[in-house]
Amino acid sequence: MNIIKFYTLTLFIAVLFTACSDNTDDPIVIDENPLAEFNLLSSFNVNGHTLEVYSDQNQYTTGYNELFFRIKDNETDSYVSNATLSMNPVMHMEMMSHSCPKSTILKTNEDSVYKGFSIFQMPGNATEYWELNLEYGIDGQTYNLAERIEVKAPADGKKRVNVFTGLDEARYVLAMMPMTPDVKVNDFSAMLFKMENMMTFPVVEGYSIEIDPRMPGMGNHSSPNNEHLVFDTSNAMYKGKLSLTMTGYWKINLKVKNTAGEVLKGEDVTEENEASSLFFEMEF
Amino acid sequence: MKFHKGCLPEQVTKGHQNKKVSVIWSALVLMVFTFTNVYGQTENPFATDSILTVQLDEVILIKSRMPEDYQKQAKPLASIDDYLEKSHKVNMMKRGAYAWEPMINSMTSERLTVTIDGMRIFSACTDKMDPITSYVDVSNLHYAKVTSGQEGAELGSTIGGGIDLQLDKSGFENRGWRTSFESGFEANNMQRILGSEINYSNESSYIDADVIYRKAENYTAGGGEEVAFSQFEKYNLSANGGIQLDEEESIEASFIYDEARNVGYPALPMDVSLARGIIGSAEYKNQGFMGLDDFKSKLYFNTITHMMDDSQRPDVPIRMDMPGWSDTYGFINQAQLEAGKHSVQLKWDGFYNRSLAEMTMYPNDPNQIPMFMLTWPDVRTLNTGIYLEDEFELKEGQLNLGARIAYQGFRVADEFGLNSLRIFYPDLEASQTRFLKSISARYYRKLGDFEVSSGVSFGERAPSVSEGFGFYLFNSFDNHDYIGDPNLKNEQSYEINGKLSWESNKVNVSLNGNYFHMPNFIIGEITQGLSTMTIGAAGVKTYTNLEYATQYNATLESKWNVSSNLICNAVVGYHRGFDNDGRNLPFISPLAYSASLEYAKKSFTAAFRLSGAADQVNFNPEFGEDRTAAYTVFSVNMGKTFKLGNQNFMYTKIGVENLFDTWYSTFTDWANIPRMGRNIYATLTYNIN
Repeated sequence: MNIIKFYTLTLFIAVLFTACSDNTDDPIVIDENPLAEFNLLSSFNVNGHTLEVYSDQNQYTTGYNELFFRIKDNETDSYVSNATLSMNPVMHMEMMSHSCPKSTILKTNEDSVYKGFSIFQMPGNATEYWELNLEYGIDGQTYNLAERIEVKAPADGKKRVNVFTGLDEARYVLAMMPMTPDVKVNDFSAMLFKMENMMTFPVVEGYSIEIDPRMPGMGNHSSPNNEHLVFDTSNAMYKGKLSLTMTGYWKINLKVKNTAGEVLKGEDVTEENEASSLFFEMEF
Repeated sequence: MKFHKGCLPEQVTKGHQNKKVSVIWSALVLMVFTFTNVYGQTENPFATDSILTVQLDEVILIKSRMPEDYQKQAKPLASIDDYLEKSHKVNMMKRGAYAWEPMINSMTSERLTVTIDGMRIFSACTDKMDPITSYVDVSNLHYAKVTSGQEGAELGSTIGGGIDLQLDKSGFENRGWRTSFESGFEANNMQRILGSEINYSNESSYIDADVIYRKAENYTAGGGEEVAFSQFEKYNLSANGGIQLDEEESIEASFIYDEARNVGYPALPMDVSLARGIIGSAEYKNQGFMGLDDFKSKLYFNTITHMMDDSQRPDVPIRMDMPGWSDTYGFINQAQLEAGKHSVQLKWDGFYNRSLAEMTMYPNDPNQIPMFMLTWPDVRTLNTGIYLEDEFELKEGQLNLGARIAYQGFRVADEFGLNSLRIFYPDLEASQTRFLKSISARYYRKLGDFEVSSGVSFGERAPSVSEGFGFYLFNSFDNHDYIGDPNLKNEQSYEINGKLSWESNKVNVSLNGNYFHMPNFIIGEITQGLSTMTIGAAGVKTYTNLEYATQYNATLESKWNVSSNLICNAVVGYHRGFDNDGRNLPFISPLAYSASLEYAKKSFTAAFRLSGAADQVNFNPEFGEDRTAAYTVFSVNMGKTFKLGNQNFMYTKIGVENLFDTWYSTFTDWANIPRMGRNIYATLTYNIN
């Protein structure tokens, strides 16, 4: 092949590709899933609809789960963009049933995608399981579904949610917000809920959560310049700063204080006391 | 024997010691016999060895092609560290048997500028296990020039002084082929030394190549106690070459490859599996470039790889690896200008260094993943400076003015490392710049038999990479983790020095003193509230600027030419250092002394030397120091040159160090590790010219 032919062919192919890529910009041709980058955890076929639940995790995990929902009308094979949803996951234990902290479900910027979160306190097992109760309305009509879901402990086994009874005898759920830890001063946040009854878990406001990160594998080495978590009304989270001086396994020892500054749960880490009874874990 | 009262460990058996003592006595008797036998003959190889009394710097001859010079050395195949330690200006800090750290005016690496042929090289070890001097060997060095205080500013910004290790080059001399083989043995640590070199030179070109190999087992302290993890093995290859282009121009190049493996550091919790230095340079010289005399332009690079590990240690709280890398690229342009009574030296130099060090710790819990941190966060240092020196004759005397101004920029190139440091310094910028100034004036004058010189100077230095950017560097002596502070101010030094010497026909006495007032003195201070990283560490220190620190020292030297064959030397020195609160600075020499008797007669030499120190009265327990006990040690050596055939020589030397097997440790011994006990050594060099 002589060089002129080679360049002509190259040019031709280049033009062809440019033309093709123009085509893909055409919005009519495709039906792209806006959640393609997420994992489809469940797909429930009920009431003539297909309800899809997506997450950036590949399972329902104990702790904080951000969940995305889509509703497909099986008849028209199109996604519903004007629905209202609410959820209530319920754990069916042998002796009782209870719910967990969860959010309302709101529409996202993407027309047919709805978003909320749920904080599972514990994984399911052979005899005890989580059931996802969803109530959704389309055009004034209300539908329900109740489907069993599989909630598992995180693959790395690290603790990201705590259920505890405080000094005030109240039951609390404390969950770490997902983060990608790095050797730096990390933004760090958590959510705290009170268990008012078996089904109601309102957000606790105005408390403080003290953190003491430690490396048990390095003689309980700690890091400087951490900031305790304080309540941020704008998103109902407790926010602070977490310094991590190296990679590896870290135990974030916690102390929860009420508005009066009384410690409801958690102990100081000292020479004698290696860790608090309340903690999160991470390894990176 | 009163000197080592209480110093000998009790576990030594009498029989064992008696045997050793008898060996020494036999050696001594033999020596005295040889000594008296040759005494009374004429010709003195030292006759030409005139001392420039006004000269404040000190030149330590390491290798020479002159047979008589060769014999002047007490221990010809000793390590470069041994050579430097014999200098009155230099102390060597020891962490083991290998890679000692030079100190001048009781100041260590970060306050000194140590160069090889003027080239800047920076250690790659965060724990100072690889001073620059460990990447060369005596096989490729001609001499070491030791300068005190701002005299060292010629080499780079400094506080304490400088050491320039000059490479041994044949030069453009018509000497043809020369070959030599060297071997040495040291009984104490079974050190075997083998070396060889081959040189060719004529008027228009030269080439030198040499190799040296050393391997040593653990050494034994005085009294017979084996010092575990004091072994080492190293080899060094080097080559130089030059071509004379025309009468004025020449180009030269040099290359060094140095590799040490399995180096033990008994004073530290870790050893070194590999320390490798590759050093190269190319130089253009012109004798008459644009009206300048002796113009030189050099480009150089060096790359250091240092692998610290604890794999040989049986019992550690946690296994870790700590590799470090240091790469430097630099240039030197310099010229000499002679104009009337002025002799001006101009120099423009610069370097770019990259220092990176990591630490990976392997948890005892196998389910946990390794822990990783950057202990040197890929710090890039760019330095360029201009140095100007004018030496001119006055009516009576001589005045020397020197100045250096340098720009120094630091940049933390690694994002991970920058974020790590921002844990401590949230507003830390990735880059910073500094200006470093130095100015000095010295005056020399001769007054009859007396010579006086005195100088005043000011100098600055930037923090070292560890001081500025170190991240949890463990100091095993004071048992603290150290954190650098990028916001440290430049350390400064106002210095006054003086030297008074008197010389007569046979006697030469000189008194030399240095005084340093150092604002913003950089030192690690305990920082409360920080958690230690190293398991078992007592606390965390952060490098801090003190308001100021003060150091001074005085040295009295004397030399007596007893006869044309016999010289007697004696030196006594005293150093003192404290901060603005009167707190003692660490690693300051107590009263120290040495004396020697050197005999030389034709091809035979013999020397007897004693050295010692008084109790270290001024110490600082905050830095792990205690009151190091006084000691005195003795050594003897003798040598003989044999002429073989027309031009070939064989040199032999035998000697005994620490003659009475004294157990001792000095103020420079890290964590008070004991020094080597009695050591009998022998070297043999065969020169084919």
